[in-house]
Amino acid sequence: MSVKSGNPLSILKLHLHAACAATALLLGVGSLAQAADLNALIWCDHSDPALLQPFEEANNVKVNVKEFEGTGAGLAIVEQSQPGDWDVMVIDSIDVPRGVEKGLFEPLPEDKLPFADLFPQVKMDGSTVVGGKRYGITEKFGYNTIGFNKTKVDPADMQSLASLTSDKYKGKVAIYDYYLPVIGMAALAIGKKTAELTEADLPALKEELLKMKANAKLVGEVTASQTALATGEVDILVGGGEWVTAGLAKENPALDFSIPKEGAVLWSQSLAMFKDSKNKDMALKFIQYIMSPEGQARLATSSCYWGMPANTKAALTDDQKKVLRFDEQPGFLARAQAYPAPNGDLNKKMQDMWTEMLQAK
Amino acid sequence: MSSTGNSGRALPGTGRALPWALVTPALGWTLLFFVLPFVAMGFSSLTAHEGGGFTLSNYSQFFTNPSYWQAMVNSLEVTAIVTLLSVLLAYPFALILAEQVPERWQRLALMLAVLPFWTSYVVRSYSWLLVLAQNGVINRALTGSGLITEPLQLANTRLATVTGFVHFFVMLLTLTIFANLKQLSPSYRKAAADLGAGPVRTFLHVILPLTLPGIMVGAFLTFVLCIGDYITPQILGGNNELLMPQLVMMQIGRRGDFPLASALSIILMAVVTIAYLACARWLKIERA
Repeated sequence: MSVKSGNPLSILKLHLHAACAATALLLGVGSLAQAADLNALIWCDHSDPALLQPFEEANNVKVNVKEFEGTGAGLAIVEQSQPGDWDVMVIDSIDVPRGVEKGLFEPLPEDKLPFADLFPQVKMDGSTVVGGKRYGITEKFGYNTIGFNKTKVDPADMQSLASLTSDKYKGKVAIYDYYLPVIGMAALAIGKKTAELTEADLPALKEELLKMKANAKLVGEVTASQTALATGEVDILVGGGEWVTAGLAKENPALDFSIPKEGAVLWSQSLAMFKDSKNKDMALKFIQYIMSPEGQARLATSSCYWGMPANTKAALTDDQKKVLRFDEQPGFLARAQAYPAPNGDLNKKMQDMWTEMLQAK
Repeated sequence: MSSTGNSGRALPGTGRALPWALVTPALGWTLLFFVLPFVAMGFSSLTAHEGGGFTLSNYSQFFTNPSYWQAMVNSLEVTAIVTLLSVLLAYPFALILAEQVPERWQRLALMLAVLPFWTSYVVRSYSWLLVLAQNGVINRALTGSGLITEPLQLANTRLATVTGFVHFFVMLLTLTIFANLKQLSPSYRKAAADLGAGPVRTFLHVILPLTLPGIMVGAFLTFVLCIGDYITPQILGGNNELLMPQLVMMQIGRRGDFPLASALSIILMAVVTIAYLACARWLKIERA
């Protein structure tokens, strides 16, 4: 965020930010900053000890993690910290440019990372490469699609997004509470490409979202929507996918996901290194570990949520591959489209449209 | 506090300094953790999300976007229902505790009353979700007894949010009203009886008016805590309608729009201030 020197409001804001950052450091961050430590801003799947401990033991380092949900919240933590407090960050691949614009990230050395082993479709060069330099590496991906209980619904119906708005499943649907992927699904349902959405598409998208809402029992974040599907409160989760069903496969093998004929929305999370990291060597080692076959397998099957490893050589067991439908990925990826990546103004309008959908009776 | 009234007891040489020294930690705390953040939030609310610079648009959006306005309406409706229900349930409970339960059992009864405070707020809300769910205790009991054939939708509704809130706030109100009732001298009842008033008339014309301050304090606390709560509606309401705290969080989570979140928070705080002024005026707090 730029601060114009002539604007008294901005000057005051600058001082306030500095004061807030200093206070935050005194109160919270101070306890985690040791020279030998690695400080990581992460999603919950990275806090699994089964993932972190092998790295910590091998490198004699403590990985201090801070979980966040949503790029906005993550970037706010960074803004309220001192440069150098953080070493690595997990971020939505489509949001890597936001971090780059703020001057936060360090280009990654492509020759030291296994880019050749990644599924080609998830490299996401359009987002992870900015100005010819790569700032993020996709570590995990999956689909926002239809998650369902195959003993309660007709699996054949789940091959079409039209089922989500049909009377047959009224009151049996939950919607994942994240506007971008579900708007992406609405776009697919009306025959639009997620990458080509404009303001002119909003009325049609809104109509589709309202139809989904009319069928829905709830709109929930990760835990709520997962719980609703797992406990039988609903039979279908709009926006669900392997990230909901795979982790529960042992306890509830009836849960499954489909990639409907219209397609699905591809989610992808990346790792980025902070430009001001004081521990860049260790940060790179951490990224290399996460991208290694062993790290990828542990990340893919993290206790928080499962997802497809970006590395095709991930050391998954046959059972794990089966649950993740590893071998079907080429076909899935061919039909998947990326998250909508609206600019600031359209992003705001999409979120407002989502708010309107939530408020609809 | 009158400085002249205390001056005779002040230590030599301390004079006016001692009261200031005693009050400074509290003032410093308030300044550091309330005034400064509030000022920061105020300035943030006047800043454009994209590019910075002064703007009033964060406030104007609230008044021009019906979805935002609806969040405030929802919040006020839920808060009013919760406050009213909590008072109606807590008052008889506190009255029975104070006047019917023998003194030796009151401590145990009060401990039982505050048991819900011992559990985490999140755990308590999720517990209600399990009770109200389609396969929850209530629906199983109703379907099992043959009263209904299809489960009712209790979870993920406004009813669920209100239930979760009322469960918590009835306890809070019970404590404030109970304390108020215990402070009443038995002489009031005796005097009313001497003047020929029966139990109902005594309650309506003596006890109830005298416990009104306790009710209002409890009701105001309920109002403030309820209207600003994010957890309960988020877990129990199923996002089938948005309340103000959810709307505020929504601005931060994905887009990091702190200016708009700040403006919405200040508007919410203004509503709480209005509620306080209304209560203060009614309770004549300014005379204290």
